[in-house]
Amino acid sequence: MSLFSVRREPPARLRWVLWLLAFLLPLGVWSAVSYVPWIWHPQVKITDSGSVAWMQPGLRMDKAEFAAQVAKAREAGQPPPRGEPANPIYLPAPHEVGRALYGAFTTEPRLRGDKWLHESIAMSVKTIAYGFLLSSLFALPLGILCGSYPTLARMTEPFVDFVRYMPAPAFGALMVAIFGIHLEPKVAIVFIGTFFTQVLVTAGTVRRVDPALLEAAQTLGAKRSMLIRRVILPASLPDLYNDTRILIGCAWTYLVVAEVVGVSSGITFFINQQAKYRNFDNVYAAILIIGFIGLATDQLLSFVGARLFGWKQTRRSRTRAFLGWLFSPREVPYFAEKTAAPKAVS
Amino acid sequence: MSAADLDYRIQSPAVAARFAALRQRPVVLEAEQLTCEFDGERGRVVALRDLNVRIHRREIVCVIGPSGCGKSTFARVIAGLQPASSGRILVDGRPVTGPGPDRGMVFQGYTLFPWLTLAQNVRFGLDMQGRAPTAADREARQWLDLVGLGKFADAYPHQLSGGMKQRVAIARALAAGPKILLMDEPFGALDPQTRAQMQAHLLEIWRNVDITIVFITHDMDEAILLADRILVLKAHPGEVLEFIDVPVPRPRGVAQFTTPEFQATRRRIDALIHPAPTLDGAHDPLPIVRLTQAGDDVE
Repeated sequence: MSLFSVRREPPARLRWVLWLLAFLLPLGVWSAVSYVPWIWHPQVKITDSGSVAWMQPGLRMDKAEFAAQVAKAREAGQPPPRGEPANPIYLPAPHEVGRALYGAFTTEPRLRGDKWLHESIAMSVKTIAYGFLLSSLFALPLGILCGSYPTLARMTEPFVDFVRYMPAPAFGALMVAIFGIHLEPKVAIVFIGTFFTQVLVTAGTVRRVDPALLEAAQTLGAKRSMLIRRVILPASLPDLYNDTRILIGCAWTYLVVAEVVGVSSGITFFINQQAKYRNFDNVYAAILIIGFIGLATDQLLSFVGARLFGWKQTRRSRTRAFLGWLFSPREVPYFAEKTAAPKAVS
Repeated sequence: MSAADLDYRIQSPAVAARFAALRQRPVVLEAEQLTCEFDGERGRVVALRDLNVRIHRREIVCVIGPSGCGKSTFARVIAGLQPASSGRILVDGRPVTGPGPDRGMVFQGYTLFPWLTLAQNVRFGLDMQGRAPTAADREARQWLDLVGLGKFADAYPHQLSGGMKQRVAIARALAAGPKILLMDEPFGALDPQTRAQMQAHLLEIWRNVDITIVFITHDMDEAILLADRILVLKAHPGEVLEFIDVPVPRPRGVAQFTTPEFQATRRRIDALIHPAPTLDGAHDPLPIVRLTQAGDDVE
């Protein structure tokens, strides 16, 4: 059977190979451009200045200009400068970036106010976490209510939709005026970037709950709040959880904007500083680290989600069994007065 | 008199006595001048018009008719999931204003809550009534025992077959303690064998539980097998053609399919819902030559 059949999954044992290839192929292209001298390499990196005094070893210059200098030195009968083909400084080779993945953490801050990489990352994660949690705190309840009560949705969503189209960065100056220049305006930007979308996405997800389940619950005597708590919430929870995973990705894009608002901070500041010092390997390393953090968060959430909402699949899960046990309704002595006494069975 | 021309209205003394007794029972469900209209794609659709029906306690009434006759609408209006345009539904003499636990419903699609175990599904209605958790759990397990799924009490719905899911749905509806059980083509999605088992199963449950059943179906055999009386509707607009007293004695079983009473009833319903001449002999010969020749080879 051919590997490339329309809409046919490849064999299971091949899947991890394909997963690996997904990363190895781009890495291969990058390596080829970096290590094969005749692919691209538009510049020359000086190894020996020869007779040209201003050419410091390590300097990168245009191929044509270098050739002109060599020709000039030859004409004058002096030793020509020597160099090797090189890529521009903004494209470091994989091994350089690989080294920087470790090196970036040990790159000492140059100026007062510069931060170590781990401090920058911590700052970014803090901004995201505050912004996203704050957004979720308000958007999830509002979205769930909008999804449950069409009247509320019609009263709220047009405005939310309207604000959603205003780019969050546009609020930067305003947020600085309101919240000062430190963490608060950045959290506000992430909040603004996430909140309005989150309300609409949540409401949409809640609206997709199978109406037959709601009808069944109604014929069993469920009313308003019970309908929301006992049917709408549990039915949409797995999808809401997935929405959250996707929206965290959104929050990361707003982070970069948020971090240049007010006093520049976090990973963006680190990247900008390192670019200023022309440590492009560190820049790539920092960008990769954002990718790793994002991927790791997502994989973790996905792993946890599969265990939380196991009723969607056939696999048994101990985590779910435990959570089910933890949250299952049971008679607690403290509340004995509130619940009706169990009927005696004859 | 031969079996072929037995009148479906002729009842054996036992059956006649049973119907006489049945009509003495209190009326549980009453539809008064029930009309239900809604705006469809092609203008106003009259799903039900001037429906007057009285259903007695512990009766099984099957509602049958061609598609578009409003039989599902009827069930949904009784359940309170859909409002009537005019007229009203009375349950125990009280008008229906919305869904309530006195009218349980089993739907054609599977509507078990997938995030709850079977026991938790069945006790949902009890939880809504504020029953104490341990009592509710015990009762739910008893209902599951009744539908023969006691040992699956802690399984999740996705682990069950379609027939089992519908059994749980019946248990869940009954656990809430309804007076009336509405069933909207509940076995429509099941394969024939499972379906036959479910029909027998439903009759068994009905014998043990004080419940009045309104069963929507489009299957004539199913209707005759289950029902005391069959409400035959016609489409566009949905109106009552006839409310048939089924002359087949109880207990019912598939063995009765061939009895004269069963066949007579079946012929009557068939005549009511398929009044057009049958296809055989009435159609033009197929115009495609190749098809006729193929037929010659086979015969």
